[in-house]
Amino acid sequence: MTENVLLQVQDLHATVEGREVLRGVDLTVRAGEVHAIMGPNGSGKSTLAQVLAGHPAYTVTAGRVLYEGKDLFGMPPEERAREGVFLAFQYPVAIRGITNAYFLRSAVNAIRKHRGQEELGPVEFMDALEAKLEVIGWDSSYLTRPVNDGFSGGEKKRNEILQLAVLDPKLAILDETDSGLDIDALKTVAQTVDKLRRPDNATILVTHYYRILTHIAPDVVHVLAGGRIVKSGGKELALELEEKGYDWLREEATVA
Amino acid sequence: MSSGIEAQVLQPYKYGFVTDIESETVPPGLSEDVIRLISQKKGEPSWMLDWRLKAYRNWLKMPEPHWANVQYGPIDYQAISYYAAPKQRPKLDSLEQVDPKLLETFEKLGIPIEERKRLAGVAVDAVFDSVSVATTFREELKKHGVIFCAISEAIREYPELVQQYLGSVVPYNDNFFAALNSAVFTDGSFVYVPKGVRCPLELSTYFRINAESTGQFERTLIIADAGSYVSYLEGCSAPVRDQNQLHAAVVELVALDHASIKYSTIQNWYPGDEEGRGGIYNFVTKRGACRGRSSKISWTQVETGSAITWKYPGCILQGDDSIGEFYSVAVTNHRQQADTGTKMIHMGKNTRSTIVSKGISAGRGQNTYRGLVKILKGAEQARNYSQCDSMLIGDQCGAHTFPYIDVRNSTAIMEHEASTSKIGEDQIFYAKQRGLSPEDAVSMIVNGFCKEVFKELPMEFAVEAQRLLGISLEGSVG
Repeated sequence: MTENVLLQVQDLHATVEGREVLRGVDLTVRAGEVHAIMGPNGSGKSTLAQVLAGHPAYTVTAGRVLYEGKDLFGMPPEERAREGVFLAFQYPVAIRGITNAYFLRSAVNAIRKHRGQEELGPVEFMDALEAKLEVIGWDSSYLTRPVNDGFSGGEKKRNEILQLAVLDPKLAILDETDSGLDIDALKTVAQTVDKLRRPDNATILVTHYYRILTHIAPDVVHVLAGGRIVKSGGKELALELEEKGYDWLREEATVA
Repeated sequence: MSSGIEAQVLQPYKYGFVTDIESETVPPGLSEDVIRLISQKKGEPSWMLDWRLKAYRNWLKMPEPHWANVQYGPIDYQAISYYAAPKQRPKLDSLEQVDPKLLETFEKLGIPIEERKRLAGVAVDAVFDSVSVATTFREELKKHGVIFCAISEAIREYPELVQQYLGSVVPYNDNFFAALNSAVFTDGSFVYVPKGVRCPLELSTYFRINAESTGQFERTLIIADAGSYVSYLEGCSAPVRDQNQLHAAVVELVALDHASIKYSTIQNWYPGDEEGRGGIYNFVTKRGACRGRSSKISWTQVETGSAITWKYPGCILQGDDSIGEFYSVAVTNHRQQADTGTKMIHMGKNTRSTIVSKGISAGRGQNTYRGLVKILKGAEQARNYSQCDSMLIGDQCGAHTFPYIDVRNSTAIMEHEASTSKIGEDQIFYAKQRGLSPEDAVSMIVNGFCKEVFKELPMEFAVEAQRLLGISLEGSVG
């Protein structure tokens, strides 16, 4: 059972600006699985995503995380990325003057170099990229635009998914990628993520809404509240949350 | 602090070696006798010496300017040696006779001047301390009537041209440092492009300071005759020294009717160490005159070196429909200080100018943009567009902007945009999360910020500029 564990989070505590946001998170993700993490605003969902990726604003105060059996916090953010941890940002930032294509190729080559593979030249890279673009319904004009600069909210989210498709990580963490997308965009994004599912990779979907889960069936649904996972279940849990909201869980947690 | 934006180890300056070569140096000190000696060593005609002496006598009466936003201790002008030259200077037309140590020096700097290793498509004039040691592709250029040689040679060989134009854009008494330069300048490049000729090669001068306790005072004069075009690039570097060294250059450009000059600079003088010890004082006067109708002068500068930079390459737009451009990237890291910008003086009708300035401050660097746009009475329908962007890396550096605007004709159209941004922790994290190293992340963000300027550089040098920027900022982000 343990050999295909990709990520193991144990009693994770983390603070931001001195405030404790994660208060003992436990989570096990196996290769081939899709986990959905749901929960009310401020419950720590995005913090969990940022901490796993290594954002410097968050401080881990207790607990540990094993990624492929290795200490995740022993690796700087860029090494986590090169080892296959990908975060689709809730608020992707813009980089002026750098084209999407150049940024993507730099990322691909940093990862290839880490793996001891040869770096790709601009032409080879473009060829490989064309196919990925089609998948998310984009034309190549997006590649010559500066990274997220002047992109609409929806375009930024799609751009994250393009990067996901190109970098092909082992562990993808999608931080509210579904927020701010219209129904068609949501469908495209969800289908792309679904297509990338393989027995050797895993996805953590951080989301507010049940909507995206109608396109990507999760293996496990967790509810994060007050910095802890208070309930886990199958996808029917998501439906229950959709109908009942989160308040009943808070009561349940208090009683327990 | 959890911030990743913290200084760490400084990448050592890569051009800081010293060439061990016997040189002939005039003892420190400045006097009329020293000026006579320099003029004599150069075999100059008497009119040149007279001009130098006139400049010197004016200089004696001028106060050193202190209005720039930079701080430094007093400069002892009597402690500087005003002439240093490698011994056994070769004849200029026989490169084989150039001291192998000099060839090796320029090779190490990436400026090959040996016949078989020359940069394709670029003619190079190599200036070592006070003298030009080699100029490549002279014959090739001569076929097109283009003169490209050391200015000391031009004074002897083309006295009419030099007399007509020298000091016509930057007079000998223009300012303190220009007057000093006029009195003691030792070498530099001279370019003349005849009527209707598009110079077939990029022209380039590489300046190297080697000797200790010397100043470098080069003088460059470029004349583009009617309907001609030339692209010129200068690069420079100096050894690591604990003492500050003075570099006071003058560059004059003249563009006649429909002529166009593109002047690019990659300035990488030794910037001093992390604590601000040593480094070059780069006090430079650069000015171009668009004398003819529809003439154009474009300055592009990438300023990464020097302890102190004080320069304002400008354009005097005399001819109707003439165009002036200024594209600048200035980087200050550690204790570097830069006060740089441009002057655009609109005199003719329908004259246009564009200013794009990118200032990057890191460490304890102080970066000032200072620019003047002046529209004179007769300049009907003049237009200016200015854009000044500043980027801060870390929280101990500074960015300052002083745009001066003086408009005396109501038909003028002026646009000014300015922005200041802090290199974001979120931007760096985003790039790192995609696998990029912190250094590559910063370099990418900064290069993106400078893109509008880099695209103005000749291809061969755009790559060099990007690389240099990476080195200058290495260690500024943790």
